This record gives sequence, C-alpha cells and structure tokens, in this order.
Amino acid sequence: MEDNPHLKHTPLHALHLSLGARMVPFAGYEMPVQYPDGVMKEHQHTRVAAGLFDVSHMGQVIVRPKSGKIEDAALALEKLVPVDVLGLAEGRQRYGLFTNAEGGILDDLMITNRGDHLFLVVNAACKDADFELLKKGLSDTCDVTMIADRALIALQGPRAEAVLGELWADVSDMRFMDVTEADLHDVTCIISRSGYTGEDGFEISIPVVSAVDVTQRLLEHPDVKPIGLGARDSLRLEAGLCLYGNDIDTTTTPVEAALEWAMQKARRAGGAREGGFPGADRILGQLAEGASRRRVGLKPEGRAPVRGGAKLFADAEGKTPVGQVTSGGFGPSLDGPVAMGYVDAGHVENGTTLFAEVRGKYLPVAVAALPFVKQTYKR
Amino acid sequence: MLKFTEEHEWLKIEAGVATVGITEHAAGQLGDLVFVELPETGSTFSKGDSAATVESVKAASDVYCPLDGEVVEVNQAIVDDPSLVNSDPQGAAWFFKLKLTNPGDADALLDEKAYKELVA
Repeated sequence: MEDNPHLKHTPLHALHLSLGARMVPFAGYEMPVQYPDGVMKEHQHTRVAAGLFDVSHMGQVIVRPKSGKIEDAALALEKLVPVDVLGLAEGRQRYGLFTNAEGGILDDLMITNRGDHLFLVVNAACKDADFELLKKGLSDTCDVTMIADRALIALQGPRAEAVLGELWADVSDMRFMDVTEADLHDVTCIISRSGYTGEDGFEISIPVVSAVDVTQRLLEHPDVKPIGLGARDSLRLEAGLCLYGNDIDTTTTPVEAALEWAMQKARRAGGAREGGFPGADRILGQLAEGASRRRVGLKPEGRAPVRGGAKLFADAEGKTPVGQVTSGGFGPSLDGPVAMGYVDAGHVENGTTLFAEVRGKYLPVAVAALPFVKQTYKR
Repeated sequence: MLKFTEEHEWLKIEAGVATVGITEHAAGQLGDLVFVELPETGSTFSKGDSAATVESVKAASDVYCPLDGEVVEVNQAIVDDPSLVNSDPQGAAWFFKLKLTNPGDADALLDEKAYKELVA
C-alpha cells in the first residue's frame, strides 16, 4: 500500500514514514491513519496535551474579487452558501456549507475574510468539484485559485496555545475563529484558531518549502505528538462534528443535519439577504416547519460500538424503523461507544431509547445531546 | 501442537481440544481493541464461520472458527479487558476452547514456520 502509484502525497509524506506511520488511502491521498502509539493513545494525548495533524490533503482556495472590493467576493460566495459571508469581519472565520438545488449538502467548508480576498478550506474528497462549482459560480466577479504551494497542519489540544506561544508571543490574543498571519521560525504562516477535535487549537497553512521544517520543530516540543486519521475521527465524533460523506451529503439538508447555527439571520426568512442560495426554498421551509428527521447524538448503553450504517428501530424487535447511524465507534475520552445518526422526528428527544441493529441483535442506544465532550474553544 | 491459520488465528491443541486466539501480527494490525464478543459455551461452528468479533476504535472484525467443533470454554477476561488481546495475544488473551469434531483436520493447518513466512 505504501507505494500505490495512484495515490497523491502531501508535502509531509516522508516525515510520516520516518515517524513510523501506518499509511492508508484516503480521499485520493496516502495518509497516516496512526503512528506507533496507536489511535487510543493519540486520541488521549490530544485531549490532555497537543496533537499535530497533517491536513494538507484538504483544499485551500483563494477567492479574490476582480473589483478589489471584498464585499463583491462575499456577495458572490453567498450565492453558493446559506451563510452570512458579507457580515464576516476581516480576520474572522466561519463554518459554511455548499448546498445544491434540492437543499442537499455538496460539502462543508471554512470561510475566512482575509481583507482583500476570501480564503476557503474544503474537504479533500470534494475539492475538485468545489473548485469547479466556485469557478462556474464566481468567475465573472472573482478570480478563484486552488493553492498548491501550501501545506496545512492542525495543532490541537489544551497545550497548543503554549506550544505556539513559544514561537509567537501574540498567539494568546487570538480568539476562537480568528485568523491572522504570523512568522513561525521566520516562515510566514496563516494561522486560524479552529479545528476538528472539540479542543482549543490552531490550523496552520505553511508554504510547502518550509512545511517539513516547521512541522518537525513543532514535533520537537515534548507536549506535541503526531496524530493520525484514526484519532482525528474519534476526536471529532466525541465533539459531535460532522464528517462529510458520512454524516452529511447531498441527501441531507442543513436543517436535517442540525446545522441551522451555520445559517445566520441575514440569510433566513426576514433577513437582509434572505435566501438566494441553492435549495433555499426547501431549506427555509424546513427552518420554518421543521424537517421530518434530524441528526442526533446516540449513546449506546452497552460496551459494543455501533457503527455507521446500523439501522435504528423504536422497538427491541426491529419492527419499527426510525433511522440510521451515520458515524459510530469508540470514544476513548468517554471510555465507551459513541455514535450519531438520523432519526425520524418524534424520536429525537434526548433520553429516548432506540435500538440499533448490530450483528442480528438490537442493542439499546439513548438519544443524547452533542457534543459528548465539553468543547474548550477560547471564545 | 501449535498451529496457525491464514486468517491469523493460533491453535494450541491438546487431547482433541484447541485453545484458539489471534496472533500477535493480527493484534498489531487491529490496533487497540475496545470490545470483544465471544461465542456461547456449547455452540458449534463449522470451519470458516464467524465465531467471535473484535472491535478497535475504528472498526469491527470477525474472528473465524479455524476448524469444525464445539465451544467448551470462553475467556471472560478478554471481554472484561479487551486490551489484554493487545498486550498478550498468544498467551493470557486466548478467545475460546474448541472440542474438535475431527482432530485430524488440524494437520492441514499451518505450522509456526509456515505462518511466520506468511506474515513476513
């Protein structure tokens, strides 16, 4: 698997191998699923110290307004996302969703106002389609560029701020979802205070030529360990965060996915720029009237993990189907199984007992509030 | 007699009863185990049936019955502490004891040398 010629490499590929990573195919890339410590220890290290993740496979896109006015780029992007982009202040980041005409989700992304342009981070598996969507939708007013010369890493966990603080004193001025430029070891990086673990942390975009150097220096810190995709998944699951392709896709709407919080007032009914994004009729209709199903947290009552794909029933005999698990596994910080999935309205109240079909048995699971772990963002 | 399967189980066979577990190689590939489901004592399996399930943080995997037989004892210790399978897979973390229907069938399984070559 290590030499599959069809898989792309990130700029940190050789570093992963030198660290003893087990590499797997992921979204067209060969990526580290775990290092010698293993998923469990990597997960726990991130929750108590700092984990370093290579997320260079994700797409980094620049949207630059031809007029030079950032408002023009914001308004253009608003045609593709149900998000208030115009209201996003310079140096701030916001979660967003590309929707389709049916109100389904094409991808989720991060949107940053960088003053003279918008900076987007999109999922690896969707980045080519997203780039086409952006070019098609925005080309008359904006130049859309996929960045190929920057790596992207994430430093996550309660020690992340202190670790970065040793290289750059102003880090403590940043709040959750702030984005700024800073020099780390004389390399100009774009740093955002965000992540995908539920922990305080940072995502750092680094010029490719310096990516290995900066990453290696961060890894030299005794509080920092490299973390693979395995722990990235268990961390985000405990944090209640969606994985595109599992928990959200073109068949789920933002309302069904319980992501209404990503749609600000300006884009909702009665807002200054109501609608005007693909699928607005359906999505705004669901906002007003509710959807027939909803994404919820699910806490299996026993020890057995309940995985994505497991069917959910209202009864212990499997007679009344009410939904399906979309992500599930073991939560090392909870020392027990955790899951999320879609459940028909009427069965979504916290504490409702449902039954998940696992290997022919019907295991009790409780509808539970997300996230499963307390988020420690520095707001 | 110590035997192995291509599905990465080991069998220690004494007087027609095989103590069955997964190999160190398999445990390493699976990673940290968090859940083990064992068969009921008294249940019978054919070779190749799924007899047990192990789950890591990431995924579930079947443990196949290596020969025809009846389960006469299971190791509750690995249900109570699945990490034992990672720390001592070919010792304390055996899965179940199988009374073989045809003890002679074991001759066709891999010996230690052949198994080591398989995973080398």
